[in-house]
Amino acid sequence: MLGFIIQRLLQAAVVMLVISALVFVGVYAVGNPIDVLISPDVTQQIREAAIKAYGLDQPLWKQYFDFLRRLAVGDFGRSFIYNMPVLDLIASRIPATLELTLAAVFGATFLGVPLGMYAERHTEEMFAKTIMAISILGFSVPTFWIGLVLIFTFAVQLGWLPAGGRGETAQLLGIEWSFLTANGWKHMLLPALNLSLFKFAMMVRLARAGTRETMLTDTVRFARAAGESEWTILSRHVLRLIAIPIVTVFGLELGSTMAFAVVTETIFSWPGVGKLIIDSISSLDRPVMVAYLMLVAFFFIVINFTVDISYAALDPRLRTRRA
Amino acid sequence: MMDPSSPLARFWDEFRHNRIAVGALVVVALILLIALLAPLISPQNPYDLATLVLTDARRPPGYVGSKGFTHWLGTDAQGRDLLSAILYGLRISIQIGVMAGAIAFCLGASMGAFAAYFGGRLEALIMRIVDLQLSFPAILLALVLAALLGQGKWPLITALVAAQYAYFARTAHGAASTERSKEYVEAALSTPLSPRRVVFRHILPNCLPPLIVVATVQIANSIALEATLSFLGLGLPVSEPSLGMLIANGFQYMLSGRYWISIYPGVALIVLIVAINLVGDQIRDQLNPRLRR
Repeated sequence: MLGFIIQRLLQAAVVMLVISALVFVGVYAVGNPIDVLISPDVTQQIREAAIKAYGLDQPLWKQYFDFLRRLAVGDFGRSFIYNMPVLDLIASRIPATLELTLAAVFGATFLGVPLGMYAERHTEEMFAKTIMAISILGFSVPTFWIGLVLIFTFAVQLGWLPAGGRGETAQLLGIEWSFLTANGWKHMLLPALNLSLFKFAMMVRLARAGTRETMLTDTVRFARAAGESEWTILSRHVLRLIAIPIVTVFGLELGSTMAFAVVTETIFSWPGVGKLIIDSISSLDRPVMVAYLMLVAFFFIVINFTVDISYAALDPRLRTRRA
Repeated sequence: MMDPSSPLARFWDEFRHNRIAVGALVVVALILLIALLAPLISPQNPYDLATLVLTDARRPPGYVGSKGFTHWLGTDAQGRDLLSAILYGLRISIQIGVMAGAIAFCLGASMGAFAAYFGGRLEALIMRIVDLQLSFPAILLALVLAALLGQGKWPLITALVAAQYAYFARTAHGAASTERSKEYVEAALSTPLSPRRVVFRHILPNCLPPLIVVATVQIANSIALEATLSFLGLGLPVSEPSLGMLIANGFQYMLSGRYWISIYPGVALIVLIVAINLVGDQIRDQLNPRLRR
C-alpha cells in the first residue's frame, strides 16, 4: 500500500510539473502583455522600465525557472491589472464562488433526490412527467442560455429578482458572505438556480434509477410484509440504500460545478473566481491566468489522488494490478 | 428496397417504433437541410455588410424593413435579419460540431484501439493520460485551450477535440480490449498482416457500435460547448457569428426587454441539441446488449 501511495505521489508530481510548463508556455504565447499594461504613447524609457519591472526582458526558460522557484514558496506574482498579489486576489474571490457552488449542489440534491423518487413511484402522473421533462432539458440545454432566460423572465419581465451582482454581504470569520443577508439571498437565487439545473437533472435520474432497483429487492419486500407504510419504506429504507451512489456523485460533482460556475458567474456578474479568470483572459492578465490554472490543476490532482487511494484501500485487487 | 435481413434494415425496423426518436431524426434532417441551403433560402446575406441598414436595427419580430421584406424574427443590433443570421449560424455551429466530433472520433478511437492492441507500457501511458483528462471538466480544458490558442475556427476545433477525444479513446479501448482476445483477431495475427491493418480493418469495425453512441452525444456536446465558448467571447471571430455569438450579442439588449436577439438563436440551438440527444438515446438503447430482450 505504501509503495502504491509513493508511486501515485510521484506521478502526481510529474503531472503537476508538466502542467506548469504547458501552462507557462501557453500563457506566454497569448499576445504581448506589455501592450496591454501601458499605453502605446508612453516614452520608450518608461516602456523599457516597465518590461524590466515585470521581468519580461528575460529569456523564456529563465522566466519559467523564476516562476517555478517563486511557486515553491507560494508566490504567484502580482496581478498586472489589480496590482495586488495574485494569491490574495484569488483568495478574495473564492468565498463568492464557494457559496454559489454549495447553494447550487445542495439545492439540486435536496430537491432532486425526493423528486426523482417521487417520479419513480408515480410514473403516470402529470407532475412526474413534468419532472422528467425538466431533467431531460437540464441535460441538453446549455447553461448559459438558461441563465439568459432566467434573467429575462425574473429580472426584466417580472422584476422580482436582481439580474446580477452579489448584493449586500455580511461578515463571518472575517470574510464577506452573501448568504447571511436577505438581500444577498435574493441575488444568489437566480445564479444558484442556473448552476444547479444540470446537477438537478442528474440527481433526479440517479434517484429514480436507484429507487427502481431498490424497490425490487428483498429489503422492500420484507418491509411490505411487515406492514410498513409506503412513506416509511421510501424514507427509512430506500433512501438509505440509494444514498451511497448519490453521496459519491455529490462529492465528484462539486469540482465540476465549480468549473461550470465560470459560465454562470459571467452571466450574472457574480464576482467569483470564474468571472476573474474570464476577465483576466480578455485583459491578458498573465499571472492571474497562470495561478488560476495551476490551482485548478492542483485541486483536481488532489481529488484524483484521494479517489485512487481510497479505492485502493477498499479494493486490494487494484493495488497489485496497477502498482 | 433494402434487404430485410441486413443488420441496417433490422436496426431501422426497430428504430421506427419509437415515435419520438423518429420525430427527432426528422428534425435533425430538416435542420441539416436548412443549414445546407442557408444561402439559397435566407432572405438576406447576414455577412454582407453592404445590405445592412442601421435604421432597421433592433426591430421586433414581424417588422417590415426598409428592404421591403418582413423580419419574421426581428433584427439584431447591426440591423441584420435575425432569421438569416440564425440560418447561417446553424451552418457554422453544425460545421464546427461535426468537424470537432469527427476528428476527436478518429484520434480517440485510433489511440484507444492501438493502446488495447499493443498493451504494456504504451497502453498504461495512453490510458493514464486519458483517465487524467476525463477527471478534469471538459469545459475548463476547452476554455483554457481556446484562450491560449486565440480566436479562429481551427483553434476552436483544436480546443474542442482536445476536450473530447478522451471519451472516444476510453470507449474504443474498452471495446478493443474485449475484441483483442477473440479468435478472429488471433487468426488475423497469425498471418503476416501489419498491426495497422489488424487494428483498422479487423478490430475497429467491431468496436463501432459503442463508438457511434458516443459520437452522437459528443457532436451535440461539442455544439453546446462551442456555443458556450463563443458566448464567453473565446470562440469564433465576430465576422462569422455562430449561434453562441448571436446569443452573446443579444445579451446586453435583453435587459432592456429586446429578448428576440438572444432568445431565437437559443431556441434554434436547443432544438438541434435536444433532437440529436433524443436520436442518440434511441441508438444507445438499441445497441446496448443489456437492454436487449
